[in-house]
Amino acid sequence: MNVNGEPVSADVEPRTLLVHFLRDDLGLTGTHIGCETSYCGACTVIVDGRTVKSCTMLAVQADGSDVTTIEGLAADGELHPVQEGFWERHGLQCGYCTPGMIMSAVGLLTENPNPSEEEIRHGIEGNICRCTGYHNIVRAIEYAAAKMRGEAPAPAEWEEVTA
Amino acid sequence: MSTTSVLGGVVKRREDPALIQGTGLYVDDIKLPGMLYVAFVRSPFAHARITSIDASAALAMEGVEAVYTIDDVRHLGPVLAQVPIGKVRPLLADGVVNHVGEAVAMVVATDRYLARDAADAVEVDYEPLPVVVDLKEAATDAVKVHEDLESNILMTWEAGPFGDPDAMAETQRKIAEAKARDDTVVVSIEAVNQRLIGTAIEPRAVLADWNPGYGRFTVYSSTQIPHALAGAIAKTFGITYNDVHVVAPEVGGGFGLKLNIYNDEILVAFASQRLGRPVKYTESRRESPNSTIQGRGWIATATLVGTRDGEILGYELHGLCDMGAYSQNFTVAIPFLGVFVASGQYKFPTHVKLDCVATHTMTTDAYRGAGRPEAMYYLERVIDAYARKIGMDPAEVRRKNYIPADAFPAAVSPVGFAMDTGDYDKALDALVESDGYRQMLADRDRMRAEGKLVGVGLSTYVEVCGFGPSGLVDLGFSWSEYGAPAAFSGTGLVRVNPDSTVTVVIGTGPSGQGHQTTWSQIVSDQLGIPMERIRVIHGDSEESPFGIGTFGSRSAAVDGSATFEAAQKVRAKAAKIAAHLLEASEEDIQFADGGAFVAGSPDKTVSWEEIATVAYQPHRLPEGMEGGLEAHSIFSPANATWPFGAHAAMVEVDADTGDVRLLRYITVDDCGNVINPMIVDGQIHGGLAQGIGQAMFEEAVYDADGNLLTGSLLDYVLPTAADLPSFELHRTVTPSDINPLGVKGIGEAGTIGSAQTIVNAVVDALESLGVTHVDMPLRPKRVWQAIQDAKGGN
Repeated sequence: MNVNGEPVSADVEPRTLLVHFLRDDLGLTGTHIGCETSYCGACTVIVDGRTVKSCTMLAVQADGSDVTTIEGLAADGELHPVQEGFWERHGLQCGYCTPGMIMSAVGLLTENPNPSEEEIRHGIEGNICRCTGYHNIVRAIEYAAAKMRGEAPAPAEWEEVTA
Repeated sequence: MSTTSVLGGVVKRREDPALIQGTGLYVDDIKLPGMLYVAFVRSPFAHARITSIDASAALAMEGVEAVYTIDDVRHLGPVLAQVPIGKVRPLLADGVVNHVGEAVAMVVATDRYLARDAADAVEVDYEPLPVVVDLKEAATDAVKVHEDLESNILMTWEAGPFGDPDAMAETQRKIAEAKARDDTVVVSIEAVNQRLIGTAIEPRAVLADWNPGYGRFTVYSSTQIPHALAGAIAKTFGITYNDVHVVAPEVGGGFGLKLNIYNDEILVAFASQRLGRPVKYTESRRESPNSTIQGRGWIATATLVGTRDGEILGYELHGLCDMGAYSQNFTVAIPFLGVFVASGQYKFPTHVKLDCVATHTMTTDAYRGAGRPEAMYYLERVIDAYARKIGMDPAEVRRKNYIPADAFPAAVSPVGFAMDTGDYDKALDALVESDGYRQMLADRDRMRAEGKLVGVGLSTYVEVCGFGPSGLVDLGFSWSEYGAPAAFSGTGLVRVNPDSTVTVVIGTGPSGQGHQTTWSQIVSDQLGIPMERIRVIHGDSEESPFGIGTFGSRSAAVDGSATFEAAQKVRAKAAKIAAHLLEASEEDIQFADGGAFVAGSPDKTVSWEEIATVAYQPHRLPEGMEGGLEAHSIFSPANATWPFGAHAAMVEVDADTGDVRLLRYITVDDCGNVINPMIVDGQIHGGLAQGIGQAMFEEAVYDADGNLLTGSLLDYVLPTAADLPSFELHRTVTPSDINPLGVKGIGEAGTIGSAQTIVNAVVDALESLGVTHVDMPLRPKRVWQAIQDAKGGN
């Protein structure tokens, strides 16, 4: 399979989960495991253009696929607008759900470049965050959506100071 | 020119670049050469005698290195607990299991899948014993949780005020007298404050590596208390504190769940020592509810007596608190935190009595708020019921009974605790005078006229946090049981390096609170050195002087203050060096723009680079001055801090399905001074989601046999983004007077203030139907049933 644009190949046990293959075999530990039941979404990656919960997909099912993980999102040293949005709008605290949440947001914005708040909230309801109450995650995705449409993001709810 | 604006201003988080690119390092991300993996064999019974354990099939599997039972580890003693009242947990079940999921045997293997297979191959025979799960039943001692305990009631906390039996008797007499009067009303609510499974999205993980040459452990753990864990491991293994190095790298959510010493943390260390290889355990989500502490679990009756014009004459909170089968870190002390705030921000006589009861369930301990959400829930529910009964505005009733602002700084609560600062009217006024609240009330009336069931709920809260004072060590506020009898002081070390960068080392164990950012702001503000030249290290038992960890909304108030004082010391020494170099008087030295200058002579400057260089070239220092430029402070506050606030929620209830929709949520929180408003707001958002989660969705349900029916995330309902609105936050600022930053703490406030706000709103929505109480969580079935019962009953 191709992972973040690089071809990789390995022999794995048939029962090896994609998330374990990414983490243990490839050392891509940015994809996290939160529940092993497809519920929390911490393990979300993009497989052939679609968001997938990699804790309930076997590595062999991704044979020949293109897989993008959080490590492959920034291009040429530039943060992806969704990553930038999470930083700019305090869309994360502990950071554990964040890679999966970001990948889901990327998937959402690919399908719907101009989502309403309600559409954002439904779009990420397969990803659980226990720290942020989602408030700033929604702001982060709104920020990214505006950026990706080439518009200026709405101002933050605060004014930043510079050191 | 000045950089002081970084204190109190928003700066983006320094933690984030790694976390948004997947390069943050959590325990399960760490892989050491030769590392082995652990899986546990866990009990399917809530109470049973173990008649045999046969590990032969597991041991025969290639790659299985060991299977351990209590016989292998009994010599290490039980899991240490800071408040060891009740039965402390054996490292592995010792003859009898006492809750579903209790660890019976530990398998160590070369691969995580293999370890799981081998655990499944271990055969354990059980002989079931009687089980008690129901709190009221447990309190009768008809079934004992542990045969060798005198009673299932492990401890009773009573106050009104605390520690003064004569005054308490007087309080009870006054309340009884008020109840007997015929011009008073008595309102009583029996309510469940249900058990919760905290569910940090990172399951706990621990990796231990014994180095036989040095005779010491390195342990990576997803813990909030790395220093306490180092102490506990040292004490358990009979080695010294400085032979254990605990690192808490990125920690994926704490909420109190990781404020504990766990059997697996000791057992992986044991296995590593025995096998001579690094050993890792990562909890699965499925086992987590029964291998990580749960929270809440009270059933209590709140009774309030007052006049018909809103003067409250007395309040009683009497209840049972579920401790689970074994006592861990703080278990029986958690209800005591509820006692602290039992009388809230009010002045009326209060009597509180809480029994801590053992059951055949997983241990309960600190979960976000820990005792305080429970206490505020009962108080603010019954006050609301009283307001409804006498037909008074809920804000007005509260206002009428507050401890007045002029009672501070000498205010002492009716339950006997000195409070730092407070101005409760100010927060309540800010809420009820906000456009949002007015609009809520108007929208409620409009929607009701359209036939909808809509309610607005109000509640106010006070919390106690920022522990704490050294004087509380006698009440157990110390890590004495872990061989480290240190008070819960703050620790901060500030070091200016030879290149004039700064390294700050603190004793906290954060799990997403942004300490690197906040502490950079504190130090940058003091020294005038830009934040990007400041590095903050936390969560490391060797890097920092003994630290207490992160819990109880304590870090900023206590460790922040220590760091502030350390930075002041560094600044004072730097001023001496600058004065020496500029041949000026030390008093005239000021700092700005990356260095020091002489007041009134802005051209006489010396850079931080020069100051730092000279500090490390002692021959250039003033005579008698030591080399180096660093300082450490221990900050012991005179009191805990008492944040407060006022919340309002608007809900709509679907009469046909019982479905509750949260439409709006407005807060006014006062946590004293604010270091970074963005981070503080984020803490409130997250706290709200967990309080609202309790009110609307979450519940740990055990059946009568002690099986956890909500053990997976498919059954334990967590709030999703689609369940919550955007929150509307406001703030009042009443600085604390017990620390130099004037801060109080904000990690738990959102949770402490919110569950009762939601329930009050739902009761308001159902008022016209005659519903006066619905227990949490307000799932559709329960709300629908309450509506049916009210209709049928009336």
